[in-house]
Amino acid sequence: MEEAAPKPKRAVSSLCCLCNNRKAALKRPKTLQQICRECFYEVFEEEIHQVIVKNQLFRPGERIAVGASGGKDSTVLAYVLSELNQRHNYGLDLFLLSVDEGITGYRDDSLETVKRNEIQYGLPLQIVSYKDLYGWTMDEIVKMIGLKNNCTFCGVFRRQALDRGAALLKVDKLATGHNADDMAETVLLNILRGDIARLSRCTAIITGEDGPIPRCKPFKYTYEKEIVMYAYFKKLDYFSTECIYSPNAYRGFAREFIKDLERIRPRAILDIIKSGEDFRISTSTKMPEQGTCERCGYISSQKWCKACVLLEGLNRGLPKLGIGRSRGLDSEGKRETIGSNNVHTRSIESKQCGSLDF
Amino acid sequence: MDMTLILDFKCSGGLELLCNSVKIHNVSIDPENGVGKFIMKDLLSWVRSNLIKERPEMFMKGDTVRPGVLVLVNDCDWELSGQLDTTLEEKDVVVFISTLHGG
Repeated sequence: MEEAAPKPKRAVSSLCCLCNNRKAALKRPKTLQQICRECFYEVFEEEIHQVIVKNQLFRPGERIAVGASGGKDSTVLAYVLSELNQRHNYGLDLFLLSVDEGITGYRDDSLETVKRNEIQYGLPLQIVSYKDLYGWTMDEIVKMIGLKNNCTFCGVFRRQALDRGAALLKVDKLATGHNADDMAETVLLNILRGDIARLSRCTAIITGEDGPIPRCKPFKYTYEKEIVMYAYFKKLDYFSTECIYSPNAYRGFAREFIKDLERIRPRAILDIIKSGEDFRISTSTKMPEQGTCERCGYISSQKWCKACVLLEGLNRGLPKLGIGRSRGLDSEGKRETIGSNNVHTRSIESKQCGSLDF
Repeated sequence: MDMTLILDFKCSGGLELLCNSVKIHNVSIDPENGVGKFIMKDLLSWVRSNLIKERPEMFMKGDTVRPGVLVLVNDCDWELSGQLDTTLEEKDVVVFISTLHGG
């Protein structure tokens, strides 16, 4: 459309629909509202506060570790939690907990970001490394096993590493930066894999209450777009590079599908989470029983925990040990793995970046 | 020949890796169709053929950015300014942020 004025009219001049005063800076995916930066900060933080209060994620006096990868989600989480802790007197002692997988050119750089965050937010940092815990770095593991299944090793090891780091810090709970997009993606993946046990618990906002360190997800309902916008507007210091080792293609497709849906109908993300929450698993479905690993004492539904099986393979030079996909749930899926352990393993894969696990 | 448009183009969130790891590009563009206005759609095809050095599918899907790539024009979400139809002017700052890397 031709405009008479020399400057073409732009839609950006629209006002924030909350304060009706300042210029709108973004469109909220959740509500489709056009809002300004200041109102955005307010609703963004307030919604997370409400999620924390409504779900009783924290109790006064608790020590809380934020799982910090240096990426956008955990950086924003650390920042927002320390803000809310002060503003609303949660009475929490906050810590940063990072895992050093030993990936040169990736994790060493992102850990530098976390070290800056430690200073910027004044939160003590604990780093636990695969090398110290398991005797292997991911670089060494990849050198031995190649670029297939490496994400399985990394995902399994990270879960335990975070628990061990949390124990070192003597925290009561671990808060992770999983966002609404991650949640929707995981619901979808668990359906695609027929993983009923995970499907039934993957949307829980607090998990592992029966285990050593419960975990919670304050960003469960927070859209990735808003997290990235928040980090951008606030100029938060975060690190964003893909892991240098091969990405998980299956998860990648699920993620892309979610993003395509979001573009057409942003609510889709919240609706998928809702579907995940409301699934009822029939009582005739057999669920794996939880016990402890005979070797290291970590929680496990098998004789040995997955990390011990994987480590045994690495140390014996049989890295395929424990990699086969078989689930104890359906008989046709029963497949014996190498060795005498007859361990039924379930595939655990992490987000492309390798920093998420459910 | 005073139709040359000078823009700042920034990419982050991992997208810079597709452009030789350069985050900030100061670019001058001569709109092909002469007098017509220059819109985001034109910029995207210009960026794709001039700045993206590898894996264009990480940046574009169809004739727009890949879902999960956020676009801001002068620090304003392009969803408020008409997305592909957003008109660009001299000295505008266009920011692309990928949300697809890292957590």
